[in-house]
Amino acid sequence: MAFLDNLINGISLGSIYAVIALGYTLVYGIAKMLNFAHGDVIMVGGYVIYTAMSSLQFNPYLSVLMAICACTILGIVIEKVAYKPLRQATSLAVLITAIGVSYFLQNMALLIFGEKPVSFKSVIDIPNIKLFDGQITIKSETTASIVISVIIVIGLSLFVNKTKSGRAMLAVSEDKDAAQLMGINVNRTISLTFAIGSGLAAIAGALLCSTYPVLSNTTGAMPGIKAFVAAVFGGIGSIPGAMIGGLLIGVIEILGRAYISPQLADAIVFAVLIVVLMVKPTGILGKKVNEKV
Amino acid sequence: MALLEVKKLGISFGGLRAVDDFTMTIEKGDLYGLIGPNGAGKTTVFNMLTGVYKPTDGSIWLDGENITGRSNIEINKAGIARTFQNIRLFSNLSVLDNVKAGLSNHYTYSTATGVLRLPKYFRIEKEMNERAMELLKPFELEADANVLASNLPYGKQRKLEIARALATQPKLLLLDEPAAGMNPKETAGLMNTILTVRDDFGVTILLIEHDMSLVSGICEKLSVLNFGQLLCQGPTGQVLSDPEVIKAYLGE
Amino acid sequence: MKHKIKPATRKSFLTYAIMIAAFIAVEIMVSTGSASNMFKGLLIPFCVYSIAAASLNLTVGFLGELSLGQAGFMCIGAYSSAIFSIVTKETITNAWIRFPMAILVGGFFAAVFGVLIGIPVLRLRGDYLAIVTLAFGEIIKNVFAALYVGYDSNGLHFSLTSQGDLGLAPDGKMLINGALGISGTPKDSTFEIAFVMLMLTLIIIYNFVNSRTGRAVMSIRDNRIAAESIGLNITKYKLITFGLTAFLAGIAGALFSHNLASLQASKFDYNLSILVLVFVVLGGIGNIRGSVIAAIVLTYLPEVLRGINNYRMLIYSVVLIVMMIFTSNAKIRGFFAASFGRLKGMVFKNKTAKEGE
Repeated sequence: MAFLDNLINGISLGSIYAVIALGYTLVYGIAKMLNFAHGDVIMVGGYVIYTAMSSLQFNPYLSVLMAICACTILGIVIEKVAYKPLRQATSLAVLITAIGVSYFLQNMALLIFGEKPVSFKSVIDIPNIKLFDGQITIKSETTASIVISVIIVIGLSLFVNKTKSGRAMLAVSEDKDAAQLMGINVNRTISLTFAIGSGLAAIAGALLCSTYPVLSNTTGAMPGIKAFVAAVFGGIGSIPGAMIGGLLIGVIEILGRAYISPQLADAIVFAVLIVVLMVKPTGILGKKVNEKV
Repeated sequence: MALLEVKKLGISFGGLRAVDDFTMTIEKGDLYGLIGPNGAGKTTVFNMLTGVYKPTDGSIWLDGENITGRSNIEINKAGIARTFQNIRLFSNLSVLDNVKAGLSNHYTYSTATGVLRLPKYFRIEKEMNERAMELLKPFELEADANVLASNLPYGKQRKLEIARALATQPKLLLLDEPAAGMNPKETAGLMNTILTVRDDFGVTILLIEHDMSLVSGICEKLSVLNFGQLLCQGPTGQVLSDPEVIKAYLGE
Repeated sequence: MKHKIKPATRKSFLTYAIMIAAFIAVEIMVSTGSASNMFKGLLIPFCVYSIAAASLNLTVGFLGELSLGQAGFMCIGAYSSAIFSIVTKETITNAWIRFPMAILVGGFFAAVFGVLIGIPVLRLRGDYLAIVTLAFGEIIKNVFAALYVGYDSNGLHFSLTSQGDLGLAPDGKMLINGALGISGTPKDSTFEIAFVMLMLTLIIIYNFVNSRTGRAVMSIRDNRIAAESIGLNITKYKLITFGLTAFLAGIAGALFSHNLASLQASKFDYNLSILVLVFVVLGGIGNIRGSVIAAIVLTYLPEVLRGINNYRMLIYSVVLIVMMIFTSNAKIRGFFAASFGRLKGMVFKNKTAKEGE
C-alpha cells in the first residue's frame, strides 16, 4: 500500500511537471531557446494567488484567474524586452539572458515578499477520495493535478493541430523564415507561445503550491529545471512527450525519495537526464533535426 | 590509378532522392568541374565526398582506399579538403591564425608543451608562421596576415578559405563556388590563382561553379548533374556543346 | 613585424604586470597596517573567485560553450584537498609542503571528474550542454551533502545514509559528516599562496589560448563544421578545455576550503556557478583580465556597500540581461555607439579582445 501511495504522489507531482514542461516544450519548439525563467514564472503565479487570497480576500478561483492573466502578460513582456532583441544572437547569449531574467524574477520576489517562506492556502476545493476502505487517500490536490493536466494536454494538442494560430505555431517551429514568407506573423506567434506557456506556468504554480504549501522566491527554480528535464526526456517540442516525461520524472523522483535516499532524489532526476541525453538525445517522442551545411 | 573514384553514389533524405547513381573518376592533377542547375545536388555530392553526409548507396575511393562513410575529420586526414558555398571562416581569428589552424595536424606539439612554453613550442610556432605565410602568398594575403578574418573583404575571404584548406595538405581540393559574388576582374584573377595552386601545390582540384567563363576557362573535364542524376560527363568542350546540357541549363 | 612584440604577448604581460603591482600594493598596505580587517579577510576570496572566473572564461569565451557546473568542480577540489590535508596533517607537518600537494590533489580530482563528465556530455551542444553541466553540478553537491566518510585503522569507510552506518572503530575519525560537511581542515590558505596560484592560472590560460591547442579550440567556437573540415578533432579539444577548466576550478576550491574552519557542500550550489558566470560576463566574454577584475570588484563592492546587499543579485541579473543585449544586438549597439563615442571604443575593445586574448 505504501508503494501505491508513493506511486500516486509521483503521478500527482508528475502531472504538475507535465504542465510546466508543456510551457518549456512550446517555447523551445518555437523560439528555439531554453527559457530558464519559466520556472520562476510559476513562483510569480504562486505569489499573485497568495496575495489575491490573503490581502485582497479574493476567492481561490478568481485568484487563479488573476495569476493566469498576470503571468501571461509577464511572459509576453519578458519575451519582448529580453529575448526579442536577441533573435539573431548566439545560443550562449540567449541562455545567459534567460538566466538573468530568472534571477531578476527571483530577486524581485525576494525584495517584495521577503526571505521568509509564506504558507500557501490550497486553492483546490473538492473532497479527498478514499480507496480500499480508507487505506489509501487520494488527496484533492492530486485529483485536481491529474485531471487538469490531462485537460491541458488534450486542449493544447487540439489547439495546435486544429486552429489557425496553432498551425502557425507549428509552421514557425519548422522554419521561421518560410513561415514569414507564407504570411505568418512570426512575432505575434512567438508572443502567443510565450503567453500560453506562461499562463500554463500560473496554473502549474497554483497546483504546485497547493500540493506543497510553502512558497518562497525560489519555489519555482528546481521544479522548473526538473520540468525541463521532463521535456527533454519526453522529446523536446512534443506535447504528448512533455506529459509522458513529466509523469516519469515525477514518479522517479518520489520513488527515489522513498526507496533510495531523500537527499539524493534530485540527483537521481538529474542522472536520468544525463542518461537520456547519452542514449537518446531526442527523447522518447522527439525527432532528429538535420544540420544544414 | 585514379585519385578519386566515385561509384554509384546515392543519398536519400526521408523520401527525397537527392543524388542517385552518381559515378565519376578524377585523375591525379585534374582540374575537374562539377556543374548543373541550382538544386541539382552538387553541394550534396561535396558533402558526401567530405563526410558531412553519409551516402545511402555507393562508394568513394581516394587513392585506392575506400573512404565511404568516414567522418569529415577522418576524410580530411585521408586527403580531401574543401571550401564552403557560404563562407565558413574562423571569423574571430586573424588571417594568419586561420591558416595556422589548418596546419594543426601537420605541425604538432602537445598541449603541455604549449602551456609550459618549451623550446619545441617556439620552434614549431616559427615553422608554422613561415609555412602559413607561404600559403598566403599565392592569394596575395600576406599583407593582411594580422587582420581579423571577418574584417576581410568578401573576395579575400573566399581566397583565405582556399588557403586554409590547402594548409591541411590535401591530395584533392574541393572548391564550392569559388567565384560566387566576384566581379569579372576578380574572377579572372581567381582563375589564375586556381591554376597556380594546382601546379605549385601539386593538388588535384574539383570545383562547383556557375560562372561559365571560369568553368570553360580552366576546367579540363566536367560532370553535369541534373535533378540528382548524372546528365553528361567528359572533356569540357564536348560537354558544354552537348544538346542535353544546353537544354538543362536553358530549359525546354 | 619581426621585431614587434605580438599583441597577444603584450596583452598577457600587461595583465601579469598589473597583477604583480596590485600584489605589491596590497602587501604594503597590509604591512603598514592601513588595510582593514575586512579587506584582509577578502584577499583570499579575491583570488579564489578570480581563478574560478578566469577558468570558466576558458570554456565560455574560448570554447563558446556555457558550463553551469563550475561550483561542482570547485566542490570536488575543495573536498578532495581538504580530506587530503586532514588525513596527512600528522604525517606531513610542514604546511609549505602539504598545501601545494593538497592543491594539486584538488585540481587533479576536479580534472578527472571534468574529463569523466566531459566524455559523454561534450557531444551535446548549446542549451543541452548547459543544462547537463548544471545537472552534474547539482548531483555533485547533493552527493557530497549526503556523503559520510570516516577512517580508522581499517582504512576509509563510506556511507550515503548516516554516520552510524559507517561502522567506524572507536579510534575512527569522521572526514565528511553529511550535510554538516568537513571540519578541521588546516587553515593553510594564505594570500601569498593564493596569489601565486592566481598568477599560475593566468599564465596557464594565456599560454594555452596562444598555443596550437587554443587556436583549435577557438576555431571550433567560430565554426564547428569548418573546424571538422580541416581535420580538427572536436571532442578531443573540447575535452582538453573542459578538463583544464575543471582543474583550475578545483584549485580554486582547494584554496577556498583551506580558508575556512568548516565547509558544507551547500556552499557550492547553482548560485555560485551563476555568480562566477556573472564575473565572466561582466568582465567580458573571452577577456581573461576582465574576469579577474570583475571577480575582485564584484566581491569587494557588496562588502563595502552593505546597503546594496539586498539589491546585489537584482543588479547582477539586470547586468546580465543588459550586457547580453548590448553585445549581441547589432542595432542597439550601433545606436549607442553613435550616441556616445566612448562606448564605441569600449565595444570595439571587446570585439578585438576575442581575437587572441
